[in-house]
Amino acid sequence: MVSFEPSDEQKLIRDTVAAFAREQVRPQARPSDESGEIPSALVQQGWELGLTQALVPEEFGGTGEAHSAITSVLLIEELAWADLSIACHLLAPRLVVIPVVEAGTEAQRRAILPRYATTNFTAGTAAVVEPRWDFDLASLAVKALPRNGNFVLQGRKCFVPLAAEAEHILVFAQLGDSGEVGAFLVERGTPGLRVVEREKNMGLKGLATYEVEFDQCTVPADQRLGGPEGCDVNRLLNLQRVALAAAAVGVARASFEYARDYAKERKAFGVYIAQKQAIAFMLAEMAIEIDAARLLTWEAAWKLDRGEDATREAVLAKQYAANMALMVADRGVQILGGHGYIRDHLVELFLRNARGFATFEGLLTA
Amino acid sequence: MIDFELPPQVKQARDMVHMVAENMMRPISREYDEREHEKPWDFLNAMWEASKATNPVSFGGGGKKDPSAPSVRNLQTVVSIEELSWGDAGLYLSIPNPGLGGAAVAAAGTPEQRERFLARFRSGPPKWGAMAITEPHCGSDTAAITTTAVRDGDHWVLNGTKIFVTSGKMAAQESDGFVVVWATVDKSAGRAGIKAFVVERGTPGMTVVKVEDKMGIRASDTAMIVFEDCRIPLDNILGSPEVKQSTEGFKGAMATFDATRPAVAASAIGIGRAALDFVREELEKHGIKIRYGVSRNKLTAIERDFMDMEANLHAARLLTWRAAWLMDQGRHNNLEASMAKAKAGLAVTQVTQKAVELLGPLGYSRKYLLEKWMRDAKINDIFEGTQQINLLIVARRILGYSSKELN
Repeated sequence: MVSFEPSDEQKLIRDTVAAFAREQVRPQARPSDESGEIPSALVQQGWELGLTQALVPEEFGGTGEAHSAITSVLLIEELAWADLSIACHLLAPRLVVIPVVEAGTEAQRRAILPRYATTNFTAGTAAVVEPRWDFDLASLAVKALPRNGNFVLQGRKCFVPLAAEAEHILVFAQLGDSGEVGAFLVERGTPGLRVVEREKNMGLKGLATYEVEFDQCTVPADQRLGGPEGCDVNRLLNLQRVALAAAAVGVARASFEYARDYAKERKAFGVYIAQKQAIAFMLAEMAIEIDAARLLTWEAAWKLDRGEDATREAVLAKQYAANMALMVADRGVQILGGHGYIRDHLVELFLRNARGFATFEGLLTA
Repeated sequence: MIDFELPPQVKQARDMVHMVAENMMRPISREYDEREHEKPWDFLNAMWEASKATNPVSFGGGGKKDPSAPSVRNLQTVVSIEELSWGDAGLYLSIPNPGLGGAAVAAAGTPEQRERFLARFRSGPPKWGAMAITEPHCGSDTAAITTTAVRDGDHWVLNGTKIFVTSGKMAAQESDGFVVVWATVDKSAGRAGIKAFVVERGTPGMTVVKVEDKMGIRASDTAMIVFEDCRIPLDNILGSPEVKQSTEGFKGAMATFDATRPAVAASAIGIGRAALDFVREELEKHGIKIRYGVSRNKLTAIERDFMDMEANLHAARLLTWRAAWLMDQGRHNNLEASMAKAKAGLAVTQVTQKAVELLGPLGYSRKYLLEKWMRDAKINDIFEGTQQINLLIVARRILGYSSKELN
């Protein structure tokens, strides 16, 4: 039965996260972009919302809420609205927890999940993107080669959030030359795993992302997510795609709202610039496109929650949302004119972040 | 609970309508594009017989009365219209029904007026209703309407010229229908002076002087109607005749757009889907399948274009469903209806024009229907409020501005 209304429970979660995002995260957006640091007190506060622990089953110390991609995209939009860097930092542990909850073997769940049901923030992450222009999820350059009952990881990843402090990195790699993708739970400190250096990016400057190198990095076969047979990696990638689509919607909405409010205060030729069609029509198109991308995202998430293959929907939603966010964020800057270019205002930050969505994979998961 | 699953009865209706589109509309689609101004009577009669029993006598915002059994009427309407327009948008527009005029009567008429004007659509031979707003010198700027309605004893006397009246000839002349005419009772009052009047077919003084030759939707007639001392009964006015008292008649008629804009959006999406289906079929004939899971930097230009078109159109579809769903919930949807219309009209224009480009000679040749769909598509970016008028409505809503503050 078609409905565009989140459940009461989802609204409650969304509104709680939205209040935190507005009051705690947004004021830190600019300082973190300038300093490259996110205060640990804020991270801890975000952790105490319980967004990660909620997904850990009660037997492992969490509260055992059912995982829902729809709920995820709702809260991701709110956090990304406040600041994309901080959103990615706060939600990074879910890059390990959600795949393990969804696809982990009993032993993997038992070994890993309790470590994310702690009172203090515990970092986890995923390694998906590779530092090559022709990076392709369908043919990864990082290889996992079977050897003596283990897997040996070889190659380089980039854009790995919090890699230096993560307890686990979920590494996506091609199984030999098979074209098949596997996901591997690599523990911190595993020999052959080298966190190279913190990256310097155009945007996303508050988030610590790293290049990571695997050199003869041996991973026991039972660390393959889902066990020796693996799991539905495509589903995991689709969960990441809808998460990024939701984040793009959040960033776009941030820029739209900022520009809308500015246009209603700035006067030119005796009227507010929002009263000029040139500005008003830009804002109207931004609002329409934001809603359009959000609905595509919701539908893909809904399909994933039904356990169906949503590759087409997730890919289209992510692509659409990425383009949309860039268009909207660019107009956000444009509407502020010269002021939009000055770092006193946030719209330039939103634009630098929005540009990344065409590149980002695996920074978030729904 | 967020859900995108169509209810069973909507799916059923969709599948039935799709058969009509495929078996009755597609086969005559080209013929009635070429034979403009001729009517496919077999089709029209068949559609009338199939649908007259369910012609609505009230319209739009009906909303849900019983929360345990929410209405899906508007959702079903947009889903069905998408199928009909997938078949042929011009033929869809020519189907006998109360039309926009009927929508205005249903939204702004008294119970007595609804009975008097709408009951006829449930029986007898095919009938059409039409709405006449646009004039040669003004379209969206309805406050500039110069057609006058002057009270003379027991009658209103209408004088003026109306253009772009969809199914106007069928409603005014060829069937036992009516035309809802917007006219001013007091030019100095501006918008408050604009009222809607129902003119019965064949009323002396109402003359169809021209049926337009158009770029597309040629199966649908678009009439120019002249009113010359056209006398109608006093109680054929929709809403109050008082100028100062209220603008409810005007507002009532405007409110019909909240119901009809999602319908236009749905029609746009149907045309766009027809074009996309055709492109996909042609590509598949040559062994090209769209590779959704592959990175964008490895896709061909055609794959990229196709995926963008597909997402664009589907985004418009979801906005349209949302606007219809809100109406089914009995909720206000003025913003969402205009969003859907603005988006869908533009999306179908872009998608069909791109499709013609992608298929080259197959797109441009009249041997195939794609060029027709491109011509048909463009009207959706224009009628029922141009893209720009709908953007203006969206802008006012999101900025909280009145029409005085943002114009």
